[in-house]
Amino acid sequence: MAQRASTASEESAQVSKDLSAQVIKDLHERMVRIRLFETEAGKLMEAGKLPGFLHLYVGQEAVAAGVMAALRDDDQITSTHRGHGHAVAKGVGLREMYAELYGRVTGACLGRGGSMHINDVTRGMLGANGIVGAGVPIAVGAAFAARYKGEDSVAVTFFGDGATNIGAFHEGANMAAILDLPVVFVCENNGYAEFTPQSKHMLLTDVADRAAAYGMPSVIVDGMDAVAVHRAAVEAVERARSGGGPMMIEAKTYRFFDHQGVKGLRHPYRSDDEVAEWKARDPIDLIETRAVADGTATRAELDDTWQRTRDEIAEAIAYAEASPLPDTADLLLNVYSG
Amino acid sequence: MTTLTEAQAVAPNSTARKLSYVKAFNEGLAQAMREDENVFVAGEDVAGYGGVFRMFDNLLDEFGPRRMIDTPISEAALVGLGVGAAARGLRPVVDLMFMDFIGVCLDQIVNQAAKMKYMFGGSVSVPLTITTASGAGLGAAAQHSQSLEAWLAHVPGLKVVMPSDAYTAKGLTVSAIRDDNPVVVMLNKVLLGSSCEVPEEIYGIPLGQAHTARHGSDVTVIALGRMVGEALAAADELAAEGVEIEVIDPRTVQPLDTETMFTSVRRTNRVLVVHEAVTFGGLGAEIAAQIQDAAFDYLDAPVLRIGAPFSPVPFSPVLEKAYVPDRDRIAQGCRRLLERS
Ligand SMILES: Cc1ncc(C[n+]2csc(CCOP(=O)(O)OP(=O)(O)O)c2C)c(N)n1
Repeated sequence: MAQRASTASEESAQVSKDLSAQVIKDLHERMVRIRLFETEAGKLMEAGKLPGFLHLYVGQEAVAAGVMAALRDDDQITSTHRGHGHAVAKGVGLREMYAELYGRVTGACLGRGGSMHINDVTRGMLGANGIVGAGVPIAVGAAFAARYKGEDSVAVTFFGDGATNIGAFHEGANMAAILDLPVVFVCENNGYAEFTPQSKHMLLTDVADRAAAYGMPSVIVDGMDAVAVHRAAVEAVERARSGGGPMMIEAKTYRFFDHQGVKGLRHPYRSDDEVAEWKARDPIDLIETRAVADGTATRAELDDTWQRTRDEIAEAIAYAEASPLPDTADLLLNVYSG
Repeated sequence: MTTLTEAQAVAPNSTARKLSYVKAFNEGLAQAMREDENVFVAGEDVAGYGGVFRMFDNLLDEFGPRRMIDTPISEAALVGLGVGAAARGLRPVVDLMFMDFIGVCLDQIVNQAAKMKYMFGGSVSVPLTITTASGAGLGAAAQHSQSLEAWLAHVPGLKVVMPSDAYTAKGLTVSAIRDDNPVVVMLNKVLLGSSCEVPEEIYGIPLGQAHTARHGSDVTVIALGRMVGEALAAADELAAEGVEIEVIDPRTVQPLDTETMFTSVRRTNRVLVVHEAVTFGGLGAEIAAQIQDAAFDYLDAPVLRIGAPFSPVPFSPVLEKAYVPDRDRIAQGCRRLLERS
C-alpha cells in the first residue's frame, strides 16, 4: 500500500531554526541566480536578441533551489521545457547558458540545442527537454545505471502537472517503483499546462495522489517555500540513496510570466488577481523576510548576493554576446559518436 | 498567381480575397464543421485558447465545447480517441501541435489508425484527420522543427498532405476531413502568416492530385510544402537568366501523383526534387526512383535531390539557415542540372 508522508508545508512556518544559516544562504543564492538569469533572459528576448522559444521559470525558484541544495554533484537530474532554473541551480555555468540562448558555439549545446535543451553532464544535468514527460523515464535509466554500477548517486526528475497526463510519466513511475530505483519524482505543480488549468486536465486536486497508483510514497509541499521544499527533498533523496526506493514530491507553485515568453496575461486564461496573489508570496521575498527576522542573514548580506549575482550575469551576457557563432562547416558535428 | 486560376477552376462563382495560411485553414475547418455535424476537434489548448498557432481561433464560440475539446497532454490517448470515434462514424480532427510529438503516439497512428480498415476486412473506415505543424525556420530546435512526412508516407493506409500556401491549406484540410481515411495535414510553421487569394466558400482539393505551380521547359522542380514558394522564387531568378523552370507541387505526398511529374519530365528532361526533410530516405529518393523507372530515356541528367543534411535540426539561426534548403540552393541545383546536359 502506498502511504503519504507527512505534509511538509505544515512545518514550513517554523523556518530556519534547525537548518544552518549556510543552507538558508545557499537556497537564497540559488534562487537569486535563477531570478536574475531569467529576468535578464526575458529582457534579451523582448529586445529581439534571442531566437527560438523561452519558457521562463520565475516564480518557481524555490523548487529548483530546494531540491538541488539536497543533491551532490554526481546526482543526476532530468528537466523540462522550463529548464533554466534547474540548470542554474544544479550549477551549470551562466556563461554557457546565455551563450546557448544566443546560439553561440560556446553555448552549453554548442549552439545546437537552445533554451529547451540545455544540459551539462559534468554537473549531472541530463538535459532540459522539448517533449513533455520525456525526462521521466530517462531519470529512471540514470538511477538504474547508478545502482548497476554500485554507486550511491540518485536521480531526480522534474515535471509539471500537465506532464503527469502523459504515458511516459506513468510508465516511468511504475518502472522506478517495480525496480525499486533511487529516483525522486518532483512535480512542479504550477496549476497550468500551457493555458489549461489543472482542473480541466485532471480530476485530482493533488498530483501526489498519482504516486499511490505505483506504490510510491509522496509528500506535498509549499512550492513557494524553499525551506519546505528542501526539507522534503533531503528526506526523499536520503531515502532513495539508502535504498528506500522512489518517492514523489509535489510542490505547489506558480509561474509569474506567460507559458512562453514574457508578455504576461495576453490571454485571459488566468486572472490578474490570481497572479497578484501568488506574486505576493514571492519565494525570494519569503526567504529574505524570514532570514532577516530570525537573524540568519542581514539585509546587507542578502543585498550583496544580489549585487554579486548581477555582476556575474552581466559578465556572462557580455561573454555570450562576444562569443563566435557556430561554423556552418561543422553542421554534422556530433550527429554520431566516434 | 496560379492559385487564383486554380481557385476559379474549383469554384467559378467564388469571391476570392487574400487570406493568411492560418486563417484559411481555420475557415476551411469551420466550414467543414458546419457541413458535417460529425466533425469535432480535439487537442491541447485548441478550444479555450484557440491553439498555440491560433489555428482554432473562434471555433469554440461557434461550435461549443461538445465539438471543440481541450484534452490533457496525452497524445497517445488523443489519437486513440480519434481512431475509436472515427470507427464509430464520427469525423475527428485531432491536433498534434508540433509534428515532432507524433513520436509519443506513433503506435496509434501507424499500427491502429492506418491498419484498422485493412485488418477488419474492410468493415470499418477511419475518417480521422490529424493536423500538425511541421518544419524548421523558427529557431525551435531539434524537437520542434522536423518534417517527418517520409515516416508517414511509408505507411500503407495513411494519407499525408503538405499545403504549400493559404489556398491549399484550406482546400486540402476540407478534403482531408471529407476523406474516409486517416489523413495527416502537415501545416508549415513558417507559412502560417503568409497569404494568397482564397475563395470564401468551401472547396476541396482532390487528394493525390499534383498541381503545376509554374510552367517551364528547361527543368522540372518538384517541391514539397514550403519549398514550393522557394522554388517559385528560384524560378523568377532563373527566368532572368533565360532559364524556364517548371514547378510541381504534389500537394499530397501519399498518395503521390507521379503522372503529372512524368509528363513534365518528358518535356523538360531534367528534374530536381526539393524538400525540407533530411535527404537520406526522404521522399526525394522515392520520387527520383519512380522517375528513373518511368522516364529514364527522357532524362538528360540524373535526378537531383535537395534536402537537409543528415543531422537533427540545429538551433543556432546561422546553422538552421545553412540546414534548410532555400531558393539559392534550388537555383544552383537547376544550374548544375543544365550544365550536365
Ligand atoms: C509530448 C508533448 N506534447 C505537447 C507539448 C507542448 N507543450 C509544451 S509545454 C506544455 C505544457 C506543459 O505543462 P506542465 O507539464 O504542467 O509544465 P509547465 O509548462 O506548467 O511548467 C505543452 C502542452 C510538448 N512539448 N510535448
